[in-house]
Amino acid sequence: MIPPFETFYEAHRAEIFRFLDRRLGRDRSEDAFQETFLRALRAYPRLEHGEHLRAWVFTIASRIVVDDVRHRKPEGELPELAAEEGLPAFEDLAPLTDDLPPKQRAAIVLRYGYDLSYDEIGAAIGSTEQAARQAASAGVRRLRKEHQ
Amino acid sequence: MTISPSLDERFRAAAAAADLLDVAFDVVQDTPIGPLLVGVTERGVCRISFDPDSEHHLEELARCFGPRVLRSSKPVERLRRELDEYFEGRRQHFDIETDVRGLPAYNQKVLAELARVEYGRTTTYGTLAALTGNPRAARAVGTVMNRNPIPIVLPCHRVIGASGSLTGYAGGLDRKEQLLRLEGAIL
Repeated sequence: MIPPFETFYEAHRAEIFRFLDRRLGRDRSEDAFQETFLRALRAYPRLEHGEHLRAWVFTIASRIVVDDVRHRKPEGELPELAAEEGLPAFEDLAPLTDDLPPKQRAAIVLRYGYDLSYDEIGAAIGSTEQAARQAASAGVRRLRKEHQ
Repeated sequence: MTISPSLDERFRAAAAAADLLDVAFDVVQDTPIGPLLVGVTERGVCRISFDPDSEHHLEELARCFGPRVLRSSKPVERLRRELDEYFEGRRQHFDIETDVRGLPAYNQKVLAELARVEYGRTTTYGTLAALTGNPRAARAVGTVMNRNPIPIVLPCHRVIGASGSLTGYAGGLDRKEQLLRLEGAIL
């Protein structure tokens, strides 16, 4: 059962705004906030269950942040987000993560697409730093396997 | 840090403007019979409740009409205006459509008949029962009235006992009496 949108929105609006505000600054965070929840609202009826909603909405927000950063900065100035341990950069990674379980997808997008610490990711997906690290590495293993 | 009320309102208005809501609800604070929780769909009014605590209604609204239930004031403006006019004695008939999707067919039939009971008039449970096919179903009609999801607009307050006693009202007999008094149906 998917909770009524009001319940979902009230539960996550403050932390989503905090996240966007920290990443984008006050000027851009308000538009990004609205866009995050409008996208969530559009996709909401297609959700099959009410699990992992927090990870899901953080994934939407982090995509909006990445898009925003990409649009604002000229090509050459994009921050290097993901070239760690030879992993693919976020541009390559993002479209590939759609089939992953929600926690793994969120952990990967937030870690490699957005450079959050595992501590922050743990908070975002409602679990521990350790679990976030495991989710990200399980997701990466799976992506490597699927896309070899 | 919490979000500013203006940002919150902006999102709620944008959600409604983009036609993304299954139900928009809000609380109409200042009525002579206390605050009312009201809900509307794209088809019309779907809920009026004397219990303004939205927590008590969200799940059921989501079950009946879809999960995109959000507080948003703009979509309920028309209903709010019609209610204001009604309470000020300037309106005898609601123009807004009603949305009773999801109710059992019998309830819908009884409520459709109820909708024809005019302002300032009363009828009885037995009469409504007869009009909907079974004169002995007064008790069943009483149950339908008790579960009427859109009181005031669907005027279950105009249905009284055969003896003339007010009998009962989901919102409390005081409110029923107040509404009938407002309409001049009782002195």
